[in-house]
Amino acid sequence: MFYREVGQYKTSYAADQAIFPIMQDRIGMVVIILGAYALTFTNNDFLLNAMMTPFLIFTLAAIGLNILTGYTGLLSLGTGAFMGVGAYACYKLTTLFPGVNIIIWILASGFFSALVGVIFGLPSLRIKGFYLAVATLAAQFFLEWCFIRIPWLYNYNTSAAIEVPTRTLFGIPVTGATATAETRYLVVLTIVIAMTWIASNIVHGRVGRMWMAVRDMDIAAELIGIRLLPTKLLAFAVSSFYCGVAGAMMVFLWYGGAESTVFSINQSFFVLFMVIIGGLGSLLGSYLGAGLIFMLPIILRLVPPRFGIPVHAATVEHITFMIVGALIVFFLIVEPHGLARLWQIAKQKLRVWPFPY
Amino acid sequence: MDILYKILIDPFMQMFGAPDLLVQTLWEGLVGGMLYALIALGFVLIFKASGVFNFAQGIMVVFAALSLVGLHAAGIPAFAALALTVVVMLALAWSVERAVLRPLVNQPDIILFMATFGLTYFLIGFGELIFGGDPKVMITEELFLPKGRINIAAFGGMVSLQKLDIAAAIIATTMVVVLSVFFSKTRIGRALRAVADSHKAALSVGISLEQIWVIVWFAAGLVALVTGIMWGARSDVSFALEIIALKALPVLILGGFTSIPGAIVGGLIIGVGEKIAEFYWGPLIGGGTDSWFAFVIALIFLLFWPHGLFGEKIIERI
Repeated sequence: MFYREVGQYKTSYAADQAIFPIMQDRIGMVVIILGAYALTFTNNDFLLNAMMTPFLIFTLAAIGLNILTGYTGLLSLGTGAFMGVGAYACYKLTTLFPGVNIIIWILASGFFSALVGVIFGLPSLRIKGFYLAVATLAAQFFLEWCFIRIPWLYNYNTSAAIEVPTRTLFGIPVTGATATAETRYLVVLTIVIAMTWIASNIVHGRVGRMWMAVRDMDIAAELIGIRLLPTKLLAFAVSSFYCGVAGAMMVFLWYGGAESTVFSINQSFFVLFMVIIGGLGSLLGSYLGAGLIFMLPIILRLVPPRFGIPVHAATVEHITFMIVGALIVFFLIVEPHGLARLWQIAKQKLRVWPFPY
Repeated sequence: MDILYKILIDPFMQMFGAPDLLVQTLWEGLVGGMLYALIALGFVLIFKASGVFNFAQGIMVVFAALSLVGLHAAGIPAFAALALTVVVMLALAWSVERAVLRPLVNQPDIILFMATFGLTYFLIGFGELIFGGDPKVMITEELFLPKGRINIAAFGGMVSLQKLDIAAAIIATTMVVVLSVFFSKTRIGRALRAVADSHKAALSVGISLEQIWVIVWFAAGLVALVTGIMWGARSDVSFALEIIALKALPVLILGGFTSIPGAIVGGLIIGVGEKIAEFYWGPLIGGGTDSWFAFVIALIFLLFWPHGLFGEKIIERI
């Protein structure tokens, strides 16, 4: 690497346990965060609205699923539905109580999602693996049906869709048609950074270690005194909370309106693929995976025309599917810990460069 | 009280009031269930022989049907197209073994499961790229599948059976019988069961894992082709089938992952259950229940029988 960590001694337990033990890494993080905020000044609506905002929202959903699948080892195919619960809960809350700040409702909708997640997580004590995957599919299809067949959820709109009303924060519109791309991006960025920080603290603490013990071998975990049901349900709750907030942000700060089809099973797979490719059990992986899977179609759409190769929108979609599918198999074969692990290897190689180890 | 009456009494009154309708619904359910059972059969075949939970079985059904229709549309006679599709499924089995299974041998089950997600998406993209995403009509007549209905006057009314469904039932039964004979009587079938018991022990007595996997994926491909033809003849050949094929998963939960009779019984239970529930109880809660009914049934089953009705009980050790 172009920096050395020589001379940075760890003199306390706190320093030893730090997530970024090296000064340069800490500076790097601050630079990245400041850079992310600085993107607001580019005034590039395409960049902010069509790339960065959705990227961050998917990252949050991927973090949520990663907590469940990557850290606790419970495979879930119901992410899309849990995102939907967040979105519909936020819609109901803000139309019932329009006076309350929308940010509060976006975060509060996560609790509804968490509650639903816990209910569908109950079978996880007795079943695991594929069986649990099927149980979460039940959540996916049942909730999707609820979004269509319970008109109360979308306030009896004739279009059966939820439309985001305009809400303001400090007098500036945040949601709805009048909100600018910059405001939305800033709100999403702040929420995602804050929630990543919280997630990082959870997974590096006692709760996270309990989750990982359950993932590695649940019977052994039970023997050393971890109560399985509360641990697994907590993972479901936290994971669904994150997915719910991501879903609420997706509708309120990105789409501006949505039907039940947005939260279909394909969305669940989309997020699962981000987690697999990014790296199971890694927060950094959630960012990398979301970035790769979300940016791939955009790149495929933008790059070939630059070289004079015309591409159909449909063809791009098909090729994306093929590449994503092949990438998943590739990563599972070559590097089951995904992009995050590749990044670690690269970092280690650079750290000791020019020596091999 | 009124709602209790509607839930608990009224549906049964309807059932006994019009037995011909009940029989009709039961028949529709059985036929639907048979198709779920066929998809589940493909899952069971692969799971038994390689321990891989093949999520891609649904898309294999679509892919087989699309290849058949696509080849026929390219001007190849129906039965030559059928033979070519069999070759395509063999090629698919071989490439899956080479590209996915062989590098992933001895990995945890869940990794292999997720690899089949990747395979599913690859096949969706590949299929749409080659054959296009729009629904197609299955070449029913060219394959000499019967059309039309038989009306039987029974149960104080009329029960109408599609000839196609009867043919499907016969073909499915034949296939199950052939498969079980193949598994229990032939050399390859025995080798296959040996692999299912233990990879290591099978290798040590000289059974080639690679060969067995190709064979079993090919068998699953053939089952997929038959399912694809039957299902395609009932509705269209389209990628929507892939979502419907997910219903084979609750079937497996009911039947257990390793049991062929389980897959069939489970399929029939799910098929009949969801049709009856949709017809008699569906209107009470707004209809469209068949999208989730099977999964919720499976969920309830899982709470009481975590290994399915016919599944092997797993004992876990440290």
